[in-house]
Amino acid sequence: MTVQKADVVIVGGGIMGSAAAFFLRQRGQSVILLERDQIGQYASGVNFGNVRRQGRYLGQLELANRSWALWKRLPELIDDDLEFIASGHLRVCYREDEIAELQAYADAPEAEQLDLKIFRGEELHQRFPFLGPQVKGGSYAPHDGHANPRLAAPAFARAARRFGARIEERTEVAEVHKVGDAFSIRTTDGREFSAERLLVTAGAWGQKLSAQFGEPVPLETKGPQMAVTEPVPYALPTVIGVYTKIEEEMIYFRQIPRGNIVIGGGYRSKPDMLTRRAQVEPRSILNQFEQMRRLLPGVGNLNIIRVWSGIEGYLPDSLPVMGPSGTVDGLYYAFGFSGHGFQLGPGVGDVMAELISTGSTSTSILPFSINRFASSVEQRSKVS
Amino acid sequence: MATARLSTRVVIVGAGPAGTRCAETLVAAGFKPILIDENRRDGGQIYRRQPEGFTRDYATLYGTEASKANDLHQSFDRLRGQIDYRPDTLVWNLTPGQLCCVSQGRHSTVDYDALILCTGATDRVMPIEGWQLAGTYSLGGAQIALKSQAVSIGHRVVFMGSGPLLYLVASQYVKAGAKVAAVLDTSPLSKRILAMPKLLACPGLLFAGMKLLAQLYRAKIPVHLGISPLQVHGDASSGVSGVRVRTARGETLTVDCDAVALGYHLRPETQLADLAGCRMRFDEASSQWWLATDEDGRTSVSGVYAAGDGSKIRGADAAEHAGKLVAMALLEDQQQPVNAGLRDEQRHALAVMDKFRLGLAQAFPWPSAQAKALPDQAIVCRCEMITAGELRRAVSEKGACEVNRAKAFSRVGMGRCQGRYCSQAGAEVIAAAAGVSVQQVGRQRGQAPVKPLSMLTEEVSP
Repeated sequence: MTVQKADVVIVGGGIMGSAAAFFLRQRGQSVILLERDQIGQYASGVNFGNVRRQGRYLGQLELANRSWALWKRLPELIDDDLEFIASGHLRVCYREDEIAELQAYADAPEAEQLDLKIFRGEELHQRFPFLGPQVKGGSYAPHDGHANPRLAAPAFARAARRFGARIEERTEVAEVHKVGDAFSIRTTDGREFSAERLLVTAGAWGQKLSAQFGEPVPLETKGPQMAVTEPVPYALPTVIGVYTKIEEEMIYFRQIPRGNIVIGGGYRSKPDMLTRRAQVEPRSILNQFEQMRRLLPGVGNLNIIRVWSGIEGYLPDSLPVMGPSGTVDGLYYAFGFSGHGFQLGPGVGDVMAELISTGSTSTSILPFSINRFASSVEQRSKVS
Repeated sequence: MATARLSTRVVIVGAGPAGTRCAETLVAAGFKPILIDENRRDGGQIYRRQPEGFTRDYATLYGTEASKANDLHQSFDRLRGQIDYRPDTLVWNLTPGQLCCVSQGRHSTVDYDALILCTGATDRVMPIEGWQLAGTYSLGGAQIALKSQAVSIGHRVVFMGSGPLLYLVASQYVKAGAKVAAVLDTSPLSKRILAMPKLLACPGLLFAGMKLLAQLYRAKIPVHLGISPLQVHGDASSGVSGVRVRTARGETLTVDCDAVALGYHLRPETQLADLAGCRMRFDEASSQWWLATDEDGRTSVSGVYAAGDGSKIRGADAAEHAGKLVAMALLEDQQQPVNAGLRDEQRHALAVMDKFRLGLAQAFPWPSAQAKALPDQAIVCRCEMITAGELRRAVSEKGACEVNRAKAFSRVGMGRCQGRYCSQAGAEVIAAAAGVSVQQVGRQRGQAPVKPLSMLTEEVSP
């Protein structure tokens, strides 16, 4: 059988891989994207749909800003509508000391482009009269918003394909080797692919490949818990999330123009990695009800009509693995976005395409290097 | 063995013919099952009991089925003190070994060792242009209005679709004194004649069906066979004003009416089985996905059983046999004595009814071709108001050749009915657009909640 060659082979067709395929084609690189199941089926397709910058690790805002600029170029950029709305995002809190923390974040120089405004007390409840009385303050990001995650990765993959990328769905990687300067990739159906550059965007499965190249990372899988209500008149354009350190309070919601309110957060479930299914835990849904009634008392009369989960990869510091391999030339990673990758998707695709094509990036991604796990792994192997 | 009877937590979901007979058999063997039912009263859909205080007699309510309804209700009344009966309770989700229930806004969990799903069926519907107009009901909905609330869905009602329920509900309306404008059946006479040998497996049922038809003719109700539905006429403000069909002879026929009851027999309610991870199988004869069980009702998941129309559409009589049989399967699995003669009787009766149901599927086929012919502007998913054209574009432009993928792109099946009324027709539209068989496009995966769940729902403090 002939070996299929390209400049870059991407393993994993979530939003990161799909966007990278698109931007690599924009830079003239030939691309083959291998996806085990369907494009955008796991974390990329089931997440909340937050296109939110505020609240991120400050060292990630430069990347988030780059991504936001790309979101603003939709739908023209990929000639497809991802239902992106820059509707504004409000982070609210239940405690006075948390307002000070929101204020400190808003004052950070890295957050300048976000134009954050802190609301408290009376002013908050006048501006957002639907919030419950326990809400004490909020940080409003006027330019952040939301989009439809079910559409995003498939749309980027279709755009990449229109520009000449090969997208291979239902193609599972069995083995990857580096032979000389090239990576040789064999799939479970016996096909072979070859490229000098390999990008791993395999989400919750990313560490399986990084480990093969001697770079294991302590990635943990979790199932987000999502619910959606029946449609009601569109009245809540702002995405709202709770800033708190208490897990059950950590919920968020958004209303889409057709009227449904999408709710997420609280407890997460443990996915079954054999069947590749993640369940919604009934207690998560009941907790969301309780928390939503506290946050948005008017919501009580609504019914939820559907709940879902998916499989996300988390790293212990809640930051992704992104950048070149620390051990193998030509190998690149972008996975483990720890439940906040959706907004970053287009930016990550663009940055990885830049890195792979030019060898460097104009946006700092140093904090996300896989090398941050190298020393601890070495120590662990010494102990054992 | 007595310990098994006392310590095994057996939960039956559904108090229709299958659930009632199952409970009865288990009680006779010394078990005290929990019987959870969504309705306020037992009887299921077909033998739905009128609200307390209503006093219509059985003949008025159930017509030809009066004595069966009476038998079942009496059996249930005798069981009441010997089972843990929880009416008005929705099982909205489950995890292995535990059901999540909600009753009047209160949430509770029920642990089980063995679960018997007798969840019944809902209407099987094929869209028609204009079916989103007010005044369009399913056959089952029309029947519930009559049985439970003693109201007709309109002043002049058209019954359209195919299958035994079409004639049953139409005749019940006639009997109740409602004005039936026409019965429009998509199945041609020739199919019925061809199906006759199989239908003769249950001569009683066949005769009952013919009696219904005779009643309609006697009442001078126009009955047209072999029609093709074209459109429900009307407007958004005043609702349905008529239906337009093409007759078997190719002429266009318009019937004035203010309500339409639509349906093509039934589809099983498999959501809970799906959430439990039970395997499904495609039934060629009826062209839909059913629950895969063995002859006695064991699903692919250990400890989970199913009986009645919720696993395989064979009608109410078969559901009573299947309810007894599934109880005996559970008894056997619990190393309890089983009356082999009684079991053989149920198996034999079901084998005969299986033949009859194949006859029904042949006589009143599911109209796959209608989905293909559906105009682009016709709504497929009423909850989300998604047209056939939009669904077809999810296939042709976005490459979705599988039901769940097409749902993700188009929203068909995402609404409050969870695909009950659109996903089968949607699958036909997708299959036709993709040029593959309807079996190949798969089936919509079940998602909790089984029915919409109020956000006021609160945990009952233990």
